[in-house]
Amino acid sequence: MYTAIVFLPLLGAFIAGLFGRTLGARSSELVTTAFLFVSCVLSWIAFVNVGVGGHAETVPIMTWISSGDFTVNWTLRVDTLTVVMLVVVTSVSSLVHLYSIGYMHEDPHRQRFFAYLSLFTFAMLMLVTADNFLQMFFGWEGVGLASYLLIGFWYQKPSANAAAIKAFLVNRVGDFGFALGVFGIFYVFGTLDFTAVFEAAPAMEGQSFLFAGYQLDILNTLCVLLFIGAMGKSAQLFLHTWLPDAMEGPTPVSALIHAATMVTAGVFLVCRCSPLFEHAPFARDMVAIVGATTAFFAASVGLFQNDIKRVIAYSTCSQLGYMFFAAGIGAYNAAMFHLFTHAFFKALLFLGAGSVIHAMHHEQDMRHMGGLAKHIRFTWAMMLIGTIAITGLGIPLIGIGFSGFYSKDMIIESAFAAHTGIGNYAFMIGVLAAAMTSFYSWRLMFMTFHGEHRGTPHHDGHHGHDHDHHHAHAIHESPLVMLVPLGVLAIGAVFAGPLFYGLFVGEAAHGFWHETLALHGGEHHEFPLWVVFAPLVASLIGLYIAYYYYIRHPELPPKMAAKRGMLYLFLYNKWYFDELYDFIFVRPAKALGRILWKVGDGKIIDGLGPDGISARVLDVTRGAVRLQSGYVYHYAFAMLIGAAALVTWFLFHPAGN
Amino acid sequence: MGWPILSVLTFLPALGALAILAARGAPGSARVIALGTTIVNFLISLVLLAGFDGSTAAFQFVENASWLGGGINYRMGVDGISVLFVILTTFLMPFCIAASWESIEERVGDYMIAFLVLETLMIGVFCALDLVLFYVFFEGGLIPMFIIIGVWGGKRRVYASFKFFLYTLLGSVLMLLAIMAIYWQTGTTDIAQLINGDNRLPESMQTWLWFAFFASFAVKMPMWPVHTWLPDAHVEAPTAGSVILAGVLLKMGGYGFLRFSLPMFPLASADLAPLVFAMSLIAIIYTSLVALAQEDIKKLIAYSSVAHMGLVTLGIFTFNHQGVEGAIFQMLSHGIVSGALFLCVGVVYDRMHTRQIADYGGLVNRMPVYAACFMVFTMANVGLPGTSGFVGEFLPLLGAFQVNSWLAIFGTTGVVLSAAYALWLYRRVIFGVLDKPGLQTILDLSLREKAMLFPLVFFTIALGVYPKPVFDITSASVAHLIAFHESALDAAALLEAAP
Repeated sequence: MYTAIVFLPLLGAFIAGLFGRTLGARSSELVTTAFLFVSCVLSWIAFVNVGVGGHAETVPIMTWISSGDFTVNWTLRVDTLTVVMLVVVTSVSSLVHLYSIGYMHEDPHRQRFFAYLSLFTFAMLMLVTADNFLQMFFGWEGVGLASYLLIGFWYQKPSANAAAIKAFLVNRVGDFGFALGVFGIFYVFGTLDFTAVFEAAPAMEGQSFLFAGYQLDILNTLCVLLFIGAMGKSAQLFLHTWLPDAMEGPTPVSALIHAATMVTAGVFLVCRCSPLFEHAPFARDMVAIVGATTAFFAASVGLFQNDIKRVIAYSTCSQLGYMFFAAGIGAYNAAMFHLFTHAFFKALLFLGAGSVIHAMHHEQDMRHMGGLAKHIRFTWAMMLIGTIAITGLGIPLIGIGFSGFYSKDMIIESAFAAHTGIGNYAFMIGVLAAAMTSFYSWRLMFMTFHGEHRGTPHHDGHHGHDHDHHHAHAIHESPLVMLVPLGVLAIGAVFAGPLFYGLFVGEAAHGFWHETLALHGGEHHEFPLWVVFAPLVASLIGLYIAYYYYIRHPELPPKMAAKRGMLYLFLYNKWYFDELYDFIFVRPAKALGRILWKVGDGKIIDGLGPDGISARVLDVTRGAVRLQSGYVYHYAFAMLIGAAALVTWFLFHPAGN
Repeated sequence: MGWPILSVLTFLPALGALAILAARGAPGSARVIALGTTIVNFLISLVLLAGFDGSTAAFQFVENASWLGGGINYRMGVDGISVLFVILTTFLMPFCIAASWESIEERVGDYMIAFLVLETLMIGVFCALDLVLFYVFFEGGLIPMFIIIGVWGGKRRVYASFKFFLYTLLGSVLMLLAIMAIYWQTGTTDIAQLINGDNRLPESMQTWLWFAFFASFAVKMPMWPVHTWLPDAHVEAPTAGSVILAGVLLKMGGYGFLRFSLPMFPLASADLAPLVFAMSLIAIIYTSLVALAQEDIKKLIAYSSVAHMGLVTLGIFTFNHQGVEGAIFQMLSHGIVSGALFLCVGVVYDRMHTRQIADYGGLVNRMPVYAACFMVFTMANVGLPGTSGFVGEFLPLLGAFQVNSWLAIFGTTGVVLSAAYALWLYRRVIFGVLDKPGLQTILDLSLREKAMLFPLVFFTIALGVYPKPVFDITSASVAHLIAFHESALDAAALLEAAP
């Protein structure tokens, strides 16, 4: 059964990818989608078996690499942590497949699209079922490939191509750390199998090894390296620049890959390695600080973006920051819980945004929207649910609210409970970012659905997608295949929190996670009242500000934007990271390549070497047109040089001294 | 085995060449004879593979006949290190012939003869168990390649072939001197004897012999800074020439290090490993950066080859199992992947007669199957897990980390850079809008081209997912090589410690 969960999507990808043109678009869509739904049902069964029943299993498939004392196998590891991810991945993926049937119905390359989607799902499933670091790396890079292919799906758009390459490269920078971590783990532990490594980890605490010329703490070093990989995949600060650009891909892709699943792989990695991180305090602090800072940074950038998808992208980045700082302060289960609920409401928001974009004929700029609620009522309602979920509205003390309320408050409270400097930092950032989250989320709702419709200027060729009949249709609600997934995800966004609270972070947590996560104490914290209410108050403040500027005084924001204040520009331009990186890395690399080529290879090596010599030789052989005649001279000349070198050597180094 | 299979493998292509001569070089029959010969040779090599015993490090299928006298004999044999290179050669040859089927129109008979003679010499290199015999094959391989580039090459073919010849000859000459010195010192040229430690050379002599061999192998690999002949040779060579150059000829350098440098000069190898590491790391980073700046598709792939070969030399001189075995695997993988990439370039070159990246763009619109194949090879080139390229990059770096983490850190930067140049190339050639007028009518892969690329796609992925068959063959020989190397170092240390 577990094998089927993982390999059905691969089979679907094969069928759609290799035979899609023969089978036709519709059959490819149906085959891949059907396989995904089967996989999804099986995943939920697995969830019950393993998570509730406690029957963890490993399914060996075959040997992968075996070289000397290094052996790595293809094996499926199905434990609680895995089944949680299985459920998330296959549920969102199957709904996204279904949704795409509607969303992509005009695209001539649907077969390819569905093949990529299923391929992605397979890679993601390999990642989460990995039993060793290398198989995880396979899934890790595999999702990177699928993401690259899907971001660049509309390959005629230069911006999509650029975004695809950027995503791959920035991820590679992270993978650089991941790979070094894997090398180091083998060097230290002599194996890459999770079980063996985790068992040996406690004994390694406090020991050091020589790395990069320094005597460094083993576990801290390895965990930091792994975390660099996680930062790339999960778009954390410094390696985040690819995620907003990745919105060039079709919207279902953004929902699946760049919101619900792939980008959470970094969080999954840290949680999977929690037995290592537990003994790596420095690395954990780093995770917490980077996570918290990202939560703040991304939320701040999200405040003034105008592209509906980019707002949600920065929101994703920020929410991932929450998950990381939860993991960093040791609340791994809270991190996983937020990962779980976030998958539902963020996929909902993205697919909702997709429905808006669909209705607006591929318009993404919120400045040209407004007043859509009355045209697309169902989408509006679904987006509203998603927004309430992400902003964490709910009633503290009684504990009633949507999903985000449970998981985000859990994280913020855990940060407070840590009672450390970093915990407090994370707590403050968490509350502050909650206010910003609330602001940009409601801003998105108000700008899109409320107020007056501001209309669409003509935008031809800008999105490269086929939309000649741009103005022919009025704004229309999406077809049923797109609305059903929204409905299902909305149910998840409402109930995933309250239903699974007990299992993930409540009383039943120990029986649920078993040994897969390092859990901290079962003691129940009593928090001061202000701590409990802080996130809610922050959220309400954000809501009010958004309401004030976008409903009460919608004339104000454009005026403020027109003034182009320093802070506004700084945030609007995403803290100038792209410009900075272009200046520090991209241009110098290209320039250096050119210099090494023209000067290094051309002038120095060739100039002193063959060209210089050949110029001399050609002087001698000038007039000798036939190749053969030159050949003898060259041979002789080469012999001469060899002999000269030899004589020189013997002169200066008499044999045997 | 009752028949001298290695000699048959080696000389069957030469017989094919004679047959073409007998047919007076008629183009039609030359093509058929060449293809037939290379395919039959490949099938025979499968018999070799089936009969090969991977559990021992000893030489197998050994042949011995007197030859020049004075102990210089005709000795052939293969072990776990060399046998796969024989297979790689016989495997790639039919692709080379097929790739030249339509693109070579002048002097077809001569061309096919050159290729068949080249195959004889290449297989000979990997089978020879006598230094002089090895040298004859090794050096002889230069001539047909020189002719292939010089006669059927592009505009600057004379310059390129000359450069190729000058570099490789320079190295070979030094090696010849070293071989003579070894013969005077030990009285034998029997490789099996020389590398089993009975004729350990004195340390002072090892160093300069090591350098002499190194000069030859470093040029062949090619290592930085003696790599500049390769981009020119690739650019000017016809497609099949590039395939064989990247696929097999470069591997002779790596093979040489494994067969000679490590076992014959263990002390010098250990002493000079840092030099090799430095050159390898420079190669990886330097040539990857240079690749970023290329405007010619073939040159870009050529520079990428130098970077990949840097990983090979890095792996070999780690002297540990993962490093050495990874290096061998990387050579095999690179043989397939870079060969395939050059075939891909050939496909569009045959249609458009240009290799400038800027002349292409948007090919996926009219050539989806081609684009898919190219994507697989590009991903293998950047070492994506699941392709053979990953295994070949991962293991040498894993081995390198065990020697010194700096090696892995610098080596791994190649992973980032390779993604940059490879994806950038792919984007500019394949993606985008098809707006160049000349490309409007370009056709997707023909049946012949599909027959060439599909098997390579298969092996690229199959070896990435299940590389075990390769390791089953190489493992015993690699283990022996490393154990031997270590024992040699231990013995030297004991000697040193003794009063």
